[in-house]
Amino acid sequence: MATLAGANHSGLRWDDRLERMRLFGLSSPALLLVLLVLVIPVGWLFAVSFIGEGGQLSLENYQRMLDSKAYYRIFVTTFQVSILTTGLCILIGYPLAYFMSELPSRAANLCMIAVLLPFWTSLLVRTYAWLVLLQKKGLVNDLGIALGLWDEPLKLVHNMGGTLIGMTHIMLPFLILPVYGSMKAVDRDYLKAASNLGATPVRAFWTVFFPLTTPGLFAGALMVFILCLGFYVTPAVLGGGKVTLVSMKIVSNIELFVSWGAASALGVVLLAITVGILWIASSFLKLEQLTGGGH
Amino acid sequence: MPGWFGKSATETQITHGQRLWLYIFAGIVMALLLAPTLIVIPMSFSDSQYLEFPPREWSLRWYENYFGSVEWMQATATSLKAGLFTMLVATPVGTLAAYGLHTARVAFVRATFALLITPMMVPVVLIAIGAFYAYVQMDILYTLTGLVMAHTVMALPLVLIVIGSALKSFDMDLEQAARSLGAPRWQAFLTITLPQIRFAVVTSALLAFLTSFDEVVVAMFISGGDNATLTRNMFNSLRDQIDPTIAAISTIMIVVTTLMMVLAQVFGKRRTGG
Repeated sequence: MATLAGANHSGLRWDDRLERMRLFGLSSPALLLVLLVLVIPVGWLFAVSFIGEGGQLSLENYQRMLDSKAYYRIFVTTFQVSILTTGLCILIGYPLAYFMSELPSRAANLCMIAVLLPFWTSLLVRTYAWLVLLQKKGLVNDLGIALGLWDEPLKLVHNMGGTLIGMTHIMLPFLILPVYGSMKAVDRDYLKAASNLGATPVRAFWTVFFPLTTPGLFAGALMVFILCLGFYVTPAVLGGGKVTLVSMKIVSNIELFVSWGAASALGVVLLAITVGILWIASSFLKLEQLTGGGH
Repeated sequence: MPGWFGKSATETQITHGQRLWLYIFAGIVMALLLAPTLIVIPMSFSDSQYLEFPPREWSLRWYENYFGSVEWMQATATSLKAGLFTMLVATPVGTLAAYGLHTARVAFVRATFALLITPMMVPVVLIAIGAFYAYVQMDILYTLTGLVMAHTVMALPLVLIVIGSALKSFDMDLEQAARSLGAPRWQAFLTITLPQIRFAVVTSALLAFLTSFDEVVVAMFISGGDNATLTRNMFNSLRDQIDPTIAAISTIMIVVTTLMMVLAQVFGKRRTGG
């Protein structure tokens, strides 16, 4: 009797394990696709980045990045643009999220359209819109001159300024949505308590409200920063060749110079920086928060 | 409304009058968020080459340009096909994976989930040149199949996240009940679980379509010839000059995406309504 029950038990366990593996197998089509389109090609790029011009194993592609002033500048520009865009998004997005979080839900939903409509509008369309608005004979220059703010048409696009304007506009929703979420979760009674205890409104905001919203702010800022690091379309169009980011150098290395080694090495470094930042950040917050905050 | 200005606005006794700057600031930011996209719409009906606002003469010439061009029409067809096929592949593949990972309870579920959402984290340029290289080897460069494969991989993270969170709030005991009454697992899934998460499935399908339809960088590398996408051609003409035809195409794209998102909202509303 005992052995029979034991056999039955182990059989059930076997069945259970088989069932679990079969369920896991449901993810195999997805895994196969990711492997085929992403993992294997990126692995290959990684390998190619260590092959020199003569076909031998070498670190020259990485050495070039350290030696060349041009590459150094590209990395500096990439970080500059990413930090400035993230900073602008925080300065503009946080107050707007705060404003919306205090509105009654009907009004807040209406304001949310202002955040969501650009969010789901094609990136290319929004970049094009800024190109049109900021050009020499564009609406912004016309308005500025009509209002007497400046006399000559300003060069607002095909430079760093235009790039930052466009990128901030495109990244803002990525910051506002998680910040808004964390603000809605704050129990406003804490603020009441703070002010009952004699805190001025400003003090109550900075010592009670703001710290409670930092997880959302952190998640949003991280998302914006990571997306900026690898951004291509908007800086390529609005930068007009004057702002070269890492991603643009990768593309020109392939399109113009057909230099896979140089492009791959840049890609590997870009990926390493991205993964490094995410890894450091993941010790501060759960990754689910990030992925859940985006959409 | 002097009374309103003196009224306390928050729990901390600050008055609306003191916070007027915040309201003005928020108003300006919201206008700036909306304006660029919306201004393109009237501009696309302008008769002028120079995209003035407001347009002095109205005309449909840019729309005629677009609908009359074989190249633009072909690109539009490619984008629509790619979007549709991406939706049709990514939604079931992603739903299966999300369901499998939700129920499997094996050690490497978390690692697999992380691997499947990496396309969201990896810089797009890297995906683009990687796919370009791989497709040359597989001889599927500039094909619709290759494009749909790449876009599916890029849409999978969204499908996984949307379906995954829907499954988290779904009571799996319901499926257990069906199975204990003799329904095989697939039948329990199709008749009990799937109807419960159907709104998430629709939402993720729409997101998958948009991911493909809006995608530029990967399409720049792996779509071309007869299978060049709309966004690829738009991007290329943006680099050269400001062609008002793009304004007409932009307007159509804004209308299409807005319609789709409104559709998604309507589906979402019905969920909360029961």
